[in-house]
Amino acid sequence: MSKIDNDPGAVLGAFAAAIGSGDVKVVDLTHTLDPDFPVIVLPPEFGQCARFRMEEISAYDHRGPAWKWRNFTCGEHTGTHFDAPAHWISGRDLPNNSVDEISPSRFFGPIQVIDCSEGAAEDEDFELTPALIEAWEDEHGEILPSSWVLMRTDWSKRNGAAYLNMLEDGPHSPGPTPEAVQFLVDKRNIRGFGTETVGPDAGQGAHYSPPYPAHYYLHGAGRLGLQCLTNLDRLPPRGAFLIAPPLKIKNGTGSPLRVLALVAQVAAPHYAE
Amino acid sequence: MTEPLKPPPKKNPQRRTRAPTRPSHFRSRAALGLAAAAGEGRFMLQVCDRCTAIQYPPRDACSACLSIDLSWKDAKPTGTLIAETTVQTSTNTYFRERSPWRVGTVVMDIGPSVIAHIHGDITVGEHVRLVNRLDRSGQAVFFAMPVHGTDNPEDDLQMREMTCDPKFRRVLITDGRNPNSVAIAEAFVKAGASIIFVGESEAWRPYPNQSALRGVDNVEILPLDVTDTNSVQVLSGEISGKTDILVNNARFIRPGGLFDRRDVVFAQQEIEVNYLGLMRLAQSFGPVMRERAADGTNSAVSWVNILSAYAWTNEPDFGPFSASNAAALSISQALRADLADSGIRVMNVYVGPTEDEWHQPLPPPKVTPGSLARAVVTGLRDGLEEQFVGDIAEDLIKRWRDNPKVLEREMIANRGRA
Repeated sequence: MSKIDNDPGAVLGAFAAAIGSGDVKVVDLTHTLDPDFPVIVLPPEFGQCARFRMEEISAYDHRGPAWKWRNFTCGEHTGTHFDAPAHWISGRDLPNNSVDEISPSRFFGPIQVIDCSEGAAEDEDFELTPALIEAWEDEHGEILPSSWVLMRTDWSKRNGAAYLNMLEDGPHSPGPTPEAVQFLVDKRNIRGFGTETVGPDAGQGAHYSPPYPAHYYLHGAGRLGLQCLTNLDRLPPRGAFLIAPPLKIKNGTGSPLRVLALVAQVAAPHYAE
Repeated sequence: MTEPLKPPPKKNPQRRTRAPTRPSHFRSRAALGLAAAAGEGRFMLQVCDRCTAIQYPPRDACSACLSIDLSWKDAKPTGTLIAETTVQTSTNTYFRERSPWRVGTVVMDIGPSVIAHIHGDITVGEHVRLVNRLDRSGQAVFFAMPVHGTDNPEDDLQMREMTCDPKFRRVLITDGRNPNSVAIAEAFVKAGASIIFVGESEAWRPYPNQSALRGVDNVEILPLDVTDTNSVQVLSGEISGKTDILVNNARFIRPGGLFDRRDVVFAQQEIEVNYLGLMRLAQSFGPVMRERAADGTNSAVSWVNILSAYAWTNEPDFGPFSASNAAALSISQALRADLADSGIRVMNVYVGPTEDEWHQPLPPPKVTPGSLARAVVTGLRDGLEEQFVGDIAEDLIKRWRDNPKVLEREMIANRGRA
């Protein structure tokens, strides 16, 4: 019996020590909140997501001699952000469906990274399908229940117009098929799904049935979403741990947030499952 | 003929930039009527309602019958130059810096004799056309022009002091995404502007005129988003020192009345772009442009706002949009006041419905990008402060001046028919 079994405080002590020593590395999956970072673009007759903006209140000057501070404004879905079930019509009647009501324990969880970067490099409309998920499982093992599945596409490395990749017929970016989302939700009971693109759905996701299937099925089943993630290429296929608590906005449908992954650098046999 | 203006040499960085000075100072309230007319490029004189005498200079009472019922009326602006003199020096710093300076006496065909600045191409005894212009103090002055065609009349140095001619000047058009940006840029190329900076927001999102804009001569596309204070400050840091004419064509518009939505999302965007956008530009570019108002051939000279005519009275079918333009009109007056000492002219160009997607269901007439662009350049050449482009804007301001309250009732009555 290890020391940890006798002393509950030792778990966090060991964790703190591992963070401090670098045995557990912290990977930032968050883009900087930048006024020029793309947001989702809808037909212009619809209301749009606010861009991130800052106005200086004072900067050690006549407006406030000893201090510098700013006001910032943005949408619930600006920058790297969290989607709560209340974001989509399919999740609107679920209990505890807003960011302030979701149990905080759900903001954490094991990470499974499905690497679609090669496919996305070849096809900007690349689809994550159940077959691809099963192929991933053949190699890495079955997706753990209550885990965060992150779709790596390296899309975060794109800049400017190439990120939304908006053409005359709408944006083109990779995403899951309806069947893939249903598989993850129904068969694997995942906690949430995250992407590097501006939303959890493919750029052409409006043309699936149902439209925007990731939004529809995830939130309809009370699951969570993360978008505009970065640095997914620094995560192992499995074994990393996600920390993604959104701001506690009353009835919030989502929130910009800092998304962190913990990656163990050394094997710790006594923690093994 | 007038000696053609030469392209200005690059600035000598060792020489102090000349500070702006003022040719004249405050005048009587009566005389400001002349300035109001000059701001619209109109030649108007006081006419006595009782005895019909036409008088100049403006006074509080009729010089013939002492009636105080005087009306400003458009008058025939022709006359004969009967005397001229060249001022070699002056106690006024502005003229001292610009001497020699020609002035003369014109006897108008309709009676009054006036003292006028005179164009280099006219001589004593010649028939002339008077124009009413704002000088760099914002005061109205008469300028005698040749009636016969001459070469490059606009290049006359005295004339150029009264105008905001784009020739050899550097222009910033703030919103490349606006469907009118290409037409405005092309009009400035035609008018001889040397560089046309065009602001482009959200380069991550394509827009229809993106490639056409890049095809216009002398256009330089630079990042600018008038809703982002930092973006405005950064661009100002880069180019405000060489922005001679700023044309703020940034506009956010969504159709709809007050009850068509239950939120203020579009209204906030309208305020962010149409009102606060102008304010951000003013706070960053204004103080720098003000310092360069006497900086030679390509001095900073004008600030142009393209506003909705519904800034004057609310068009209920575009209710929140009209309100944002009313705010912009108000802050443009503050800007005009803050730039007044420098002589930089603030010109507001008002339009009714424009030829774009947001007015698509409305019937003509609508203001096309081309006619708007022509108006901007013409207005600068005439040194205007207020311009109403198109039948709807012209008609609206006429009715507003007649009776704003009646117009407000008419806007309600005409709902859905606009």
